[in-house]
Amino acid sequence: MKQMETTVTRIYDTLGVKKTRQRLFILVILLLLLVWVSFFLGRYSISPTTIVKAIASRFLPLDINWSPTVETVIFQIRLPRILLALIVGAGLSISGAGFQGVFQNPLVGPSILGVSSSAGFGAAFAILMFNSPFLIQVFALAFGILGVIIAYTISRVYQTAPILMLVLSGIVVSAFFSALISVTKFVADPYDKLPEITFWLMGSLGAASLEDLLMVFPPMLIGITGLLLVSWKINILSMGDKEARALGVNAEFIKIIVIACATMVTASAVCVSGIIGWVGLIIPHIGRMIVGPDHRILLPVSLLLGAIFLLLIDDLARTIAAAEIPLGILTALIGAPFFIYLIRRTKGGWK
Amino acid sequence: MQPKIRLENIAFGYDEQDLFSGLNLELFDGEVVCVLGANGCGKTTLLQCLNGSLKLTRGSVCLDGKLLSTFSVKEVARKMGFVFQEHNAPFPYSVLEVVRMGRAPHLGFFSTPSEEDNEIAEYALEMVGKLHLKDKPYTQISGGERQLVLIARTIAQEPEVILLDEPTSHLDFKNQTLVMRIITKLARRGFSIVMSSHWPDHALQYASKVVIMNNGEFSAVGPPGDVITEENLKLAYNMDVNILSVNDSKRKRTMKFCVPVD
Repeated sequence: MKQMETTVTRIYDTLGVKKTRQRLFILVILLLLLVWVSFFLGRYSISPTTIVKAIASRFLPLDINWSPTVETVIFQIRLPRILLALIVGAGLSISGAGFQGVFQNPLVGPSILGVSSSAGFGAAFAILMFNSPFLIQVFALAFGILGVIIAYTISRVYQTAPILMLVLSGIVVSAFFSALISVTKFVADPYDKLPEITFWLMGSLGAASLEDLLMVFPPMLIGITGLLLVSWKINILSMGDKEARALGVNAEFIKIIVIACATMVTASAVCVSGIIGWVGLIIPHIGRMIVGPDHRILLPVSLLLGAIFLLLIDDLARTIAAAEIPLGILTALIGAPFFIYLIRRTKGGWK
Repeated sequence: MQPKIRLENIAFGYDEQDLFSGLNLELFDGEVVCVLGANGCGKTTLLQCLNGSLKLTRGSVCLDGKLLSTFSVKEVARKMGFVFQEHNAPFPYSVLEVVRMGRAPHLGFFSTPSEEDNEIAEYALEMVGKLHLKDKPYTQISGGERQLVLIARTIAQEPEVILLDEPTSHLDFKNQTLVMRIITKLARRGFSIVMSSHWPDHALQYASKVVIMNNGEFSAVGPPGDVITEENLKLAYNMDVNILSVNDSKRKRTMKFCVPVD
């Protein structure tokens, strides 16, 4: 606890302790409010009191005077979806923040090493070959991880993987698996499989279930914990490999930990939600604007912000039109203009 | 007395060809060794071989009488700090956070700096006279201030040897002097210093030992007065140099300066 206290007190000197605490507090409140509101949203309307009672009845002995449909909507449909939106958003954002630190570049996202396109190919292939949602997720996860392993292996020269080589091999792997996605689309049945592949790739939490949640939660938790544990080392690594080494930090080892954790998290997110771009790129920037660049505080804040952002986007996706709008479309439509705003604000640089 | 660092017949080369070979040198506590030589002669590479980030082709580097290759990266960092010349700072960390990074070799794998580490970092900043900058974003201070902050980071590392790669390049006249004075101050406190430089004048004024690198070997090693001669500089830079002695009667000292001759 004392360790925690000193970490918080010294976490970002420029902003100050009090402001950092206040901002964290505001974010947590925002998150809780948004979760609360998200339970009301949807075509089947449930009164706020019923929702409170239904949730409370899980912990307290209350008389149940609402229909089983209400019960199903709350616990089988809305709750898993809300929780998935939270952890997918949180996972993509913290991975993005970790990658930006390791790549010493605030302009990279979690898919820099090709995890999205390779996971996308895994899913597309599974949609084409099998008829099982479970296998789709397994293939997406496995190929996502495989893609990153390939990218890392290609880039490894002289026992280390220099950043430039990593970026280049990430581009190559992305391009390769994107082409393979096109191949699966090309051979897919245009009335049945092709739309399924296309919609999967656009990203959605529409099919969220408690089983999905249970499946991705453990790898997410491990990955996120790993990233949080090495967050201070990411600060050091962001000064460059040579400097990290001179400071006694085994840069390659930390790089591998961050890449492995971030990949596990991103691949898990992609396998339940499809490809949702921009979140992992933009959220760390907003995080830096709120609490500064120290990864010890930036990572948890990205986690909170990402959860808030994706839940908000998912709420929009299921309410603004009669049909659900794919998440990838919304994040890009909102993310791209915002990114332009950011680039213009920082005048193309970030120094 | 056992030398802090001993280079024995070391050689390094990328690919097949040796960049340098057969280098011997001893460095003792409190010494300031200044490495001079033309661009591309291998000064930076030599420094990187000294802290083990580049593997030697032949020969050995001994630290406290033990082979450097037997030390782990962390153990080396507890003994040796390195102030780099090129430096990439993508994120606006506070100055204190940058200095605090120097505590990394003393911390466990998952631990982060404690209050005590903070105090050491602040003390290091004070030593270079920049404590007032501690809450400033590192990306918004001047080049000279950055160089001093990086030296502070190395002090916070509490090493015994400090390697500096051209610590005065890109700095203005005053900051060059400031950096050189701090280096001398550190040497007086017992740190052993190895620095590369483009300024023979700095070597003349501040170094206790000068090494001139030329054509992949040390063409001269010794006290500045013996090594920095018109002949040696001509050999190193392929240019005629005059060494002038100036009598500073106010401060009662004689100073030597190197001036190129047309």
